[in-house]
Formats: sequence, structure tokens, C-alpha cells
Amino acid sequence: MPQSAEKVLDHAPLFREPEYRQMLAEKRLNFECPHPDQIVTDQGEYTKSWEYREKNLAREALVVNPAKACQPLGAVFAAAGFERTMSFVHGSQGCVAYYRSHLSRHFKEPSSAVSSSMTEDAAVFGGLKNMVDGLANTYTLYDPKMIAVSTTCMAEVIGDDLHGFIENARNEGSVPPDFDVPFAHTPAFVGSHVDGYDVMVKGILEHFWKGQERKETRGTINIIPGFDGFCVGNNRELKRLLDLMEVSYTFLQDASDQFDTPSDGMYRMYDGGTMIKDVKASLNAEATLSLQHYNTRKTLEYCKEVGQATASFHYPLGVKATDEFLMKVSEISGKDIPGAIGMERGRLVDAMADSQAWLHGKKYAIYGDPDFVYAVARFVMETGGEPTHCLATNGTSAWEAEMKELLQSSPFGKDAQVWAGKDLWAMRSLLFTEPVDLLIGNSYGKYLERDTGTPLIRLMFPIFDRHHHHRFPLMGYQGGLRVLTAILDKIFDKLDRETSEPGVTDYSFDLTR
Amino acid sequence: MSLDHENDGALNEKLIEQVLSRYPDKAAKRRKKHLSVAKSGDEAGKEGEILSECDVKSNIKSIPGVMTIRGCAYAGSKGVVWGPVKDMVHISHGPVGCGQYSWSQRRNYYVGTTGIDTFVTLQFTSDFQEKDIVFGGDKKLEKIIDEIEELFPLNNGISIQSECPIGLIGDDIEAVSRKKADEHDKTIVPVRCEGFRGVSQSLGHHIANDAIRDWVLDKTEVDFDAGPFDVNIIGDYNIGGDAWASRILLEEVGLRVVGNWSGDATLAEVERAPKAKLNLIHCYRSMNYICRHMEEKYGIPWMEYNFFGPSQIEASLRKIAKHFGPTIEDKTEAVIAKYRPLVDAVIDKYWPRLKGKTVMLYVGGLRPRHVITAYEDLGMEIVGTGYEFAHNDDYQRTGHYVKEGTLIYDDVTGYELEKFIEGIRPDLVGSGIKEKYPVQKMGIPFRQMHSWDYSGPYHGYDGFAIFARDMDLAINSPVWDLYDAPWKKKAGPPMAMAAE
Repeated sequence: MPQSAEKVLDHAPLFREPEYRQMLAEKRLNFECPHPDQIVTDQGEYTKSWEYREKNLAREALVVNPAKACQPLGAVFAAAGFERTMSFVHGSQGCVAYYRSHLSRHFKEPSSAVSSSMTEDAAVFGGLKNMVDGLANTYTLYDPKMIAVSTTCMAEVIGDDLHGFIENARNEGSVPPDFDVPFAHTPAFVGSHVDGYDVMVKGILEHFWKGQERKETRGTINIIPGFDGFCVGNNRELKRLLDLMEVSYTFLQDASDQFDTPSDGMYRMYDGGTMIKDVKASLNAEATLSLQHYNTRKTLEYCKEVGQATASFHYPLGVKATDEFLMKVSEISGKDIPGAIGMERGRLVDAMADSQAWLHGKKYAIYGDPDFVYAVARFVMETGGEPTHCLATNGTSAWEAEMKELLQSSPFGKDAQVWAGKDLWAMRSLLFTEPVDLLIGNSYGKYLERDTGTPLIRLMFPIFDRHHHHRFPLMGYQGGLRVLTAILDKIFDKLDRETSEPGVTDYSFDLTR
Repeated sequence: MSLDHENDGALNEKLIEQVLSRYPDKAAKRRKKHLSVAKSGDEAGKEGEILSECDVKSNIKSIPGVMTIRGCAYAGSKGVVWGPVKDMVHISHGPVGCGQYSWSQRRNYYVGTTGIDTFVTLQFTSDFQEKDIVFGGDKKLEKIIDEIEELFPLNNGISIQSECPIGLIGDDIEAVSRKKADEHDKTIVPVRCEGFRGVSQSLGHHIANDAIRDWVLDKTEVDFDAGPFDVNIIGDYNIGGDAWASRILLEEVGLRVVGNWSGDATLAEVERAPKAKLNLIHCYRSMNYICRHMEEKYGIPWMEYNFFGPSQIEASLRKIAKHFGPTIEDKTEAVIAKYRPLVDAVIDKYWPRLKGKTVMLYVGGLRPRHVITAYEDLGMEIVGTGYEFAHNDDYQRTGHYVKEGTLIYDDVTGYELEKFIEGIRPDLVGSGIKEKYPVQKMGIPFRQMHSWDYSGPYHGYDGFAIFARDMDLAINSPVWDLYDAPWKKKAGPPMAMAAE
């Protein structure tokens, strides 16, 4: 009997015990009717081949292990970045349970959102009644300052009219006449979570800006961060930099406090977020900057329409990307970049110089959201690394073109390949046929690490199986240091593992590296 | 082993009144039916005694906008019933999200070479685009099945898990399944588990059961030498290895587990099921339908059992053994005796640390009642419990477990749960990931009771030790004492700031 009260074995050790191993072997032999081992081994080997890769990449319909989620997740994340805002997702209720779980598993934080709980009758008659009752209940129970409405694919397929429904609900007294209920259509069969983010932020801005007169305040800047699982660390880091520069700025959408509430005995359903009065005032900003271009295409278009200057970045991370961001901020605000920030820049460059020998020529596979992949590929090249595979399941042809331009700008990118629209099962073939030293992505990459042996560095949402990484920044020079350290740790850990066999490989088990 | 305690029914009645007063009238009227305090049951003392009556309405539509914790039919079919069948490919048919959010989240353990002969932790999706909605997705589905056959040839079958749009745009996935099943000579199962069907996960379970009945059973010749002690485990999804910790006991008492539905299962185990002598059902809610069908059609009796905690394990083992007669009964007594020292050691170790601690539960299928005795085996007390998607028969069964005065909440809303927890302030809450962090912020220990909080197994004797350890480490963590900054005056701030 393997179990004991003194040393309780849970699943990881328990099922390695002989009793269980034997039981599982017998189960397989007697009851599972498995394929013969040789056939399984052969197929496993075949999936590593170029022939399999060709077939895998030629897929036209099947998607396996995509690195993207659906629009409403982005909308719910976006809404969480505004003051006392409750997400109300119109459509089937299971979806909302999924978004909340997904966000909670990454942030290790509460995630609130409600559903209009549409069922079969609503599919036939439309969800007006659900909207009318739902808004009333949400308003009464959860005391929000704003309810941000988005949609599941069910409501989109049957064609519910959000604007009309919300006005109807308002007329029926579900919410007070002047209560803010911005909305966005977020069909799951269009785009991905980054687009849901985009349209929700745009919906909120339109709600507050439409029909208002704009009086430009020179030198003021709006910042839209985009869908970012590291918003907790990143937003706070960027605010620190902007405060050092004494810039007048507004974060339009900021979930850094919402997804990082303290444990002190009180549950805060709402915390932080962009104040509604600031959203209103942000119409007057001179410029709006997006930190993630592919998260904000529609929103920035709208900002341009109202007369603001706009510029977008690709997740400003590393040296040059941070330089560009800060210089743009400096240009608009008329504020100089202070010496303290120059020192920080120098420290990052110093660290990169110290470690360059370990990074030079390392090959990388990078996947994730389009702006993130762009940012990491760029930083990797700054360290002398070679981004061999750059993959974004939700990458567009415009992204692909931009990536290629970036990669061609450096000798380190000359062998790089860009994979727009491909999934992680495609990445598996890429890693077997054209192996790399390091894989950068999120928790889903652990299956690739297991199958191909490529060490995984988790730097993007969602990260379920490691804790608290998102509490530290990736953006800015400080963020660059963190990314640099994460990469180096992975390299050194691997080297130590490979050189630790006593008397066999441990001549290279160097104390100083 | 359980403590003699009674819950504060009067306080609980008051809490119900308080939460209802906050709702708009219409919603209050509807929610009222789902909340109650367990009343005293009939005469106590006999086996199968009813301790109390849990009289709430259930399996009714959730109210819009109240933050129900429930999921959908797709979650019930793909996430619960079908997803764990390991040698089949399960296509999340529709847009990308449903499959993405449910990818690898249920911890249905299995052994196999993932992506080669086993597919549980892969996310297969048809990733619907606008054109698929407009022109229909059947052609795409055909192509997907062909591509699966080419790239994953060792799959032993395919299931098509419908997401909301499928039923709305009028796709004929049954026709596609028939055509492609013929072409590839494979089992292909269309499942109509669109998320808008029904009121919760529950209808998804039922639809998934029906799909097994209609598209799997009796469809292939099953070559198998049946034995006198053949049983199926039904409704054990092998979360954290639960089914394995159960199987080892059933085998030890001399039974032969010829199929496990559906944790770590192969399609062959599903197909073979009608040859068994007895169906043992753990999660009654999600798989009673197929047990009733097998009883009707093949004359296989079924029996509910409970492998949480030694009291229930012993009672269940004896009940199962009785069905098979003296040979098995003798072995069963030997097995119970064999594990007795382990049980005693676990209880000796943890009872002093857990005695008298109060617990509130809010979970899914069977656990809101099934785990109660396991807590009581450790000296703990259940003060409130409720289900996401139970039916009336579940609440009837719950009466066998809970004491008078226990707070009962069906399809609880975020608001209610928070207020109930705040009012009762239990020593432990057992619920899901969405509830975990709000509860912990209040300074109350929490364990996820869907996923075993990444631990487990909790079934069987081996699982009981882990269960005891986990409840202890949650309740007796030093972190709960660090919440108050020493410079702050003890003023008793509100525990939650949701609605105030």
C-alpha cells in the first residue's frame, strides 16, 4: 500500500508506485484495445518528419491548438479596465463562465462579468427580455458605475440589435436614464480577442465622446495598452516612466489594479480602472498612443476621426522599441526624457553587453499575439539572437508584411520565417524539422516543450502553470531586464542540466558562467 | 464518525431574507424558490435515513444579469462526458473560444501518447469564420474530418461537439457524420450540445448520454469474454486520477472493471459496456441517463456509490459486494480491514487540526452531497451546500447527507454566495475557480472542488489521505493571519465591497 498518513502522496508520486503502474498496464492490455506499440512509435516518429510537416502546413480547415481566443474575452478584459464597470455579455451564459475562469486562472484574481443567460426561447424570439431584466438585475445587485455590453456568437447569429435593446431597457427603467451603457458587437467568428478589445474600447470612447465638443489640451496624451496579460506589471511601469517625465497622460483602459487587488480581508469587486471623468476629458488630449497596434486599429481610427494625433507601437519592449516610445511621448508632450531614465536605459544595455556571449546566435521560436511576437522578435535580435519561427494565429497579412520588414532590417532576422494564421500543432512540426534553442510563448507551449524538448519561456497570456510573472513588467527598460533574465536563466538552467552528470559531463559544470 | 451538530437555521433564514431584499421584485420572487434551509427529515436511525429535506426548485433557467456560476450544454458534453474519452478526437465545432477556454482545464488524467494515439489535451476546433456562419459549416466539417484522418490516423473515432451557431444556422452534422463514418470506416458521433440548449451543463450531459446510446452502443461487434464480476465505473472522469484510486479498490475486492466512463477511457470501453454485470455510478447527475438505458435495454442493474471518505467508501463497498455475494463480500471485508490502519492514521493526524471547522460548498454534479461525509469523517461540519445544475432528485438525495438547518442554495448568484459566506463566515469554502479568489480576499480558506485545486485524487482510501492533507493545508496556512497590517486598528471593515 503506497499511501500513508506520514507522507501523503498525491497524483504526481502516487501513480508512479508499482501497484498503480501494474494496474494501468493491465487496464491497457486487457480493456483499452490500443494500437500496437510499434505503430504508435512509428506514427510518433512520422510526425517529426518533413513529409508530415508539409501535410500539416497544408491544412485548410482543421485548427489544432490555436494561440488565440474569441472576441468577447477581449471585450471583458477591456471593460475591466474602467472604473466600477461590470461586463454584461449578451447571449449564452456558458461563455461568460469561460471568460471569467480564463482570466482568473491567469491572474489568480477574481473576474466578474454577467450574462443575459439566453436560452432556446431567446434564440427564437430574440433576447430583448433578457437584456431588459438583465440590466435591471445587474444594476441593482452589483452597483456598477457603468455596464459594458458585448455579445456572444449566439446573439450575433440571431442578429440582436444591441443599441435598440439597451435603449428599450433604459425606457423600461432597467437603469436610470443617464446611466452609462456602452456596447460593442463582438462576434466570436470574426477576428480574435485582440479585436474584441479594440471594439469594446472604441465603444466606450464613442459612448462618452460622441457629440461632445473637443477642446484640445496641448501636450496631453492618451495611452491605450491593448489586451495584455502583463498589464499589472506593464501599466504600472509605464506610469512610473511617464511620471518621471512629468507628462500629462491618461491610460484609456487600465486593468492593472482590477487584476491585482490586495488580500486584507475585503473583497473588492471593483478596483482602479480609468475614471469615467477621465474618459470624458480624454477627448481633449492632443494625441492617443496605442501600445499594441493590432489591438487598436478601429479605436485609433476613431481617435483620428475626432481630431487627435495618433501613433501605435508593437508592445514597447527592449531597447529601441522603448526608445521610440519615449521619444514619441517626449515629442508630443514637449517634456524631456530625464537623466534617470537614461540611466535605466544604460543599465539594460549594460546587462545585455555583460551577457551577450550567451545570447549571440541563439535561435528562437516565438508565438503569441501579433504585437507581442513583433516586440520579442525585435528584442531577441537586439541581443544577437535569431528569431527562426514567428507565429501568430491571429496575425493578419498586414502583420506578416510588417514582421518581414522588421526581420529583413537585421542580419539576425535573415533566416526568419513568419507564420500568420498558423496554430501550435503547425509549430510542433516546425520545431521538429527546423529546431531552435528556445521557445517563447505562453502556458500552452508546455506541450511543445514536452514533445520537442525546446525549453519554453512563458511571457504571454495566458500563463496558468506559473504564478505571478504578470506582476512584473515586460515593457520599458526595466521590462527588458526581466525578459533578458528570463531568457538567460533558461539557457543556464539547460546548460547546467546537460553538464551535471557526475564524471561524465560535469567537466563543463562551471561555477562561473 | 460524524459530529453531532445542528446548524443555525434561524440565522440562515435571515440571510436568505436579506439577500432577497436586495433584488428587484421580479427577480426576488424567482430566486426565493432556489434558497432554503434544510428541514428536519422523517424518523432517523435506519440505513438510508433521511436527515433532512432540501426543498428548493432546481433545473430552471438562470435569471439574466445576476452572475450565475453555471456553464452550458457544450461544457456538459465536451467538457464533462465526451472530452475524457482519450482515443477519440473531439472537435469543438464552431468559433474558437469554447474549445480554447475548456482546453486542458478539467484535469481528466489519462495515459497515452498525446497527439499520436491519445487526444485529450489537444484543442481541435473548426474555428468558424463569418463565411462559415453565412454559408454553413458542413463542407468545412467534412474537410476537417478528412484532415484529422490524414494527420491523426490512430484516432479511434471522432465526436463533433456543437457550439451555439451550429443549431442556429441549420447545419446537418448528422448527415456529415454518417457520410464520413462510412468513408473512413470510423465511429463519428455528432453531438447537439449547443450552449443555448437547456439551462446549464446538465442538458449537455443528457444529450451526450443520448449520443452514446444512438451512435456508439450496438454499432460494432464487441468481441469480449464476459466474466461474472464485470462492472463498469460510470460517471468518474478521473480528475486528478480519481478513477484510478477507485479502480484499484474495486479490483482488490475481486471485481473486474471492464470500462470506465469516461475518465481515461477508450472507445472500446464505451462499446463494451453492455456486456457488464453491473453499472456502478458515481456522478449520478451526468450519467444516470445511460445507466437507465442500459438497464432497460440490456437488463444491467445500476447502483450508486460514493468513494469520498472512509465511511462512504466502506458502506459503498459493502453494498456493491452484497450484489455479488459471499466471494466478493469476504474479500471486501479483508480490503476494508487492510485499509483501516491507513484510515485511522489519517484521522488521528488530521482530526485534531480540523475538528469543528465549518465548511460551505457550492459545486456541480454530485459533490455538494457526496463529499459531505468525507468532511465529517475528519470532524468537520457542513453549514451550507448547493448545486450549479442539480435536478429535484439530487436535492432529494442531498437530504440523506445534510443536517437540519443547513443553508441550501440552488444556482446561487455571485451576490448571494458572497453574502452567505460573509454572514456565516465558515472556516472553509469549497467551490470553483471563479469563486476562489473573492473568497480568499475575505480571508477565508478555499479549495477548488471541481479540479481538486490541481491536487487529487480524492476518491478511494488513497484519495482520502490527500483530501485530508489538502483541507488541513488550506485551513491551517499561516497566510490567513497576515491579512491585517499591525498598524491598523481592528475596526472590522466589511468583507466585501461588491454592492455597498
